[in-house]
Amino acid sequence: MSLSRLIADSSEWTFPMLERYNEVIGQIASNDFGLDTYPNQIEIITAEQMMDAYSSVGMPLGYKHWSYGKQFVLTEKNYRRGQMGLAYEIVINSDPCIAYLMEENTAMMQALVIAHAAYGHNSFFKGNYLFRTWTSADAIIDYLLFARNYVAECEERHGVEAVEVFLDSCHALMNYGVDRYKHPAPLSLHEEKQRQHDREEYLQSQVNDLWRTIPAKPAETVIETERRYPAEPQENLLYFIEKNAPLLEPWQRELVRIVRKIAQYFYPQRQTQVMNEGWATFWHYTLMNRLYDEGYANDGFMMEFLQSHTSVVHQLSFDHPYYSGINPYALGFSMMSDIQRICQAPTNEDRYWFPDIAGQDWLKVLDFAMRNFKDESFIAQFLSPKLMRDLKLFAVLDDDTQDELEITAIHDEDGYRRLRLALADQYNLGSREPNIQVWNVAHRQDRSLTLRHTRYHRRPLHPETTDEVLKHLYRLWGFTVRLEAVDEDGRVSLVGECPANRERL
Amino acid sequence: MATFIDRRLDGKNKSAVNRQRFIRRFKGQIKKAVAEAMNGRSITDIDNGEKINIPARDLSEPVFGHGPGGRREAIHPGNKEFTAGDRVARPPGGGGAGGGGQASNSGEGEDDFVFELSRDEFLELFFEDLELPHLVRTQLAKTTEFKSVRAGFTSAGNPANIDVVRSMRGALARRMAMAAPYSRRLRKAEEELQRLLDTSPVDEMRVQELSEEVEHLRARVRAVPFIDTFDLRYVNRVKQPQPTTQAVMFCIMDVSGSMDRARKDLAKRFFTLLYLFLKRNYEKIEVVFIRHHTVAKEVDEQEFFYSRETGGTVVSSALQLSADIMRERYPVSSWNLYVAQASDGDNWHHDSPACRDLLMQRIMPYVRYYAYIEITPDRHQSLWEAYEDVKAQHRHFAMRQIDGPADIYPVFRDLFKRRVS
Repeated sequence: MSLSRLIADSSEWTFPMLERYNEVIGQIASNDFGLDTYPNQIEIITAEQMMDAYSSVGMPLGYKHWSYGKQFVLTEKNYRRGQMGLAYEIVINSDPCIAYLMEENTAMMQALVIAHAAYGHNSFFKGNYLFRTWTSADAIIDYLLFARNYVAECEERHGVEAVEVFLDSCHALMNYGVDRYKHPAPLSLHEEKQRQHDREEYLQSQVNDLWRTIPAKPAETVIETERRYPAEPQENLLYFIEKNAPLLEPWQRELVRIVRKIAQYFYPQRQTQVMNEGWATFWHYTLMNRLYDEGYANDGFMMEFLQSHTSVVHQLSFDHPYYSGINPYALGFSMMSDIQRICQAPTNEDRYWFPDIAGQDWLKVLDFAMRNFKDESFIAQFLSPKLMRDLKLFAVLDDDTQDELEITAIHDEDGYRRLRLALADQYNLGSREPNIQVWNVAHRQDRSLTLRHTRYHRRPLHPETTDEVLKHLYRLWGFTVRLEAVDEDGRVSLVGECPANRERL
Repeated sequence: MATFIDRRLDGKNKSAVNRQRFIRRFKGQIKKAVAEAMNGRSITDIDNGEKINIPARDLSEPVFGHGPGGRREAIHPGNKEFTAGDRVARPPGGGGAGGGGQASNSGEGEDDFVFELSRDEFLELFFEDLELPHLVRTQLAKTTEFKSVRAGFTSAGNPANIDVVRSMRGALARRMAMAAPYSRRLRKAEEELQRLLDTSPVDEMRVQELSEEVEHLRARVRAVPFIDTFDLRYVNRVKQPQPTTQAVMFCIMDVSGSMDRARKDLAKRFFTLLYLFLKRNYEKIEVVFIRHHTVAKEVDEQEFFYSRETGGTVVSSALQLSADIMRERYPVSSWNLYVAQASDGDNWHHDSPACRDLLMQRIMPYVRYYAYIEITPDRHQSLWEAYEDVKAQHRHFAMRQIDGPADIYPVFRDLFKRRVS
């Protein structure tokens, strides 16, 4: 019986074989584990096409720009020299969900990639709140197509050069082109008036009638202090520029908007690397094991799979010559597996740390975790003491006022909380990237734009790149731009200005 | 649930445009690198691209980021000996454990950005805005050559040229089109027949009628031929006359005792450049190497550059030999002739007028371009003076003096720069 279920025992894949794998994996994923996915569109591509896909940061169709060419040249070089293997897959957050499979992969790899991308990542894209909030999977391909055509049209009309330098400037601020919070929809004029009216009435109703009898003071002369514009600091620099830059042409505003939209599309991915990869890795591991248990795959398949899986989730220790930080696959996979363990076989320690989930249905808990967290909060919530011990995590404090580094916490009872918070902070985009916001526009004077960088833990901006970025910003704004830094005591100092003010120097 | 799409046959060079843009943008830097890369190449080593170094700094894309300094706490795995409160010295270089988590974007740090230009890209950049002077294709040969070029498809041709895919595609479309009206009626008739058979009582007459119609329609559909002569498509080839684009380049080098290793090397580089340049303009190019001291000899590349043989100098011997070879092997009607001569100008005194006459009478009328470089730091000698007479009379004669490796590229560009007329 079990023999007849075996899908293949060859390492060469064929299309019917892939379809069979996909069918079986899909059934297990949705029936046994309840994964909710977009429909899949699985595309087989060559290594060369994979490099193309790579260099356009995973967008299936990007507009033309030299930086993608640079990326391509770099990828090609590394690949040719054998310094880098290509990823086995690329998956795109779209509806239908597009997954690229490389033709060089063995049959096992294709099955693994189908499980990983077409069911793992796919269900994450569909379920996680950040993706649900910020991306519309069904529209992205159309939007990219629009962007590509629009950029091409602009190039035709205004010259390749002009478009290119403008895009350069937008790219420099790309990370500051995202909304971090959903803003409520702006009120219509009618609603606004209605509310104002209601508020007035309510306030009036609170006023004691006696106050009316007090004689009015002569009106004081009000000193007109110039109000700042924008009234509140704005964090979305590109949005602010699109709406407020005085000199931009309409097509330039549209380009700013395109870059901004694409940045926003990638924003969730930047915040869920550990979770997204961990989730997909956890599911390919679970699904492949189920394939084997039910007789769809044989021993050879499984050995090959385990070999590849373990190398993906391997974490080098900090003193290894090739160590380059924490491997998101390893961390994510360990955490997902650990949650499963806590649900299924909790220890007393787990019961103390995770009273809510210990002993619960692991599928529900994992699903909840996948839907409602991002890397930062996920780690802060679910990193268990056992895992910290397994990974032998430790925290190193690097303070430029001290001569030496300090080990502030290790994987012991005193250190768990601090480790967990520090690790979560490491994945917090808000602290990883400098916090720079639009502070003021001198709209009655020289129209200069002032940004403020609120320092986090006294970390300064990188001096070289900052000036370069200011030049780009100047190109977009068209008038003087200034960058000020605010330290923890609230003192403000000027960091950079473009064009440089000669009088001040 | 899932759709599989085979994209392997789609166009692969999606990024080609972006690559070109990249090269265009950094043309300045790349060109500089190309010029440097030119040194130390063999004359026939041209079928490779070239590795190009650009300082990574020049093509970085700046973004706001944190610089070193401030207070940061990083988490690392694999603790072996530390306990809380330990203090360790800052690792040298500031990075290491302190950097934690944030790898540099390029992964390359401050290293140069190295990449490979394809041969075409390389030469394109290198020979940009140079041209062959006086390139007039006179006497486009009675023996015009033809080149067979594909030109779409035709509906008539010889059987060897049938394009099977096109033909079958056409046949399929025709079959569908021709059978369509019958198929539609057939489907309706079958449906109705089925419906009649399902209802009781069965209307025998109508059933009979319908069955016949179904039978009839099936026959009609079957009668549409699978493939018809009408469907056949042939690959169409047309012949385009090709202008003769073949050239021969004569490299004449003086190997007398006064030409030392360094001077030969300079000559070699110059020849290499010229060869590459001609190669771009002509489909087929031959090189004739002639070396001379008091007697001239035609040799192969190896011997040309590396053999050690010295003696006095009689330049006219080489010119004589060149003229002979031209007459015998390279008729002007089908060959474009180029001559490059390198010498230190130290000729036997009475030979120089002979050189001038040989050039005027037997060589200059036939060649497209004659470039003479004199590799000497010294003052010119008799040969230069004799050649100046030639120059005065022939526009396609050029002579320059080269002193060191740095001169080669400028001199070359000067000789072949695009002249706005």
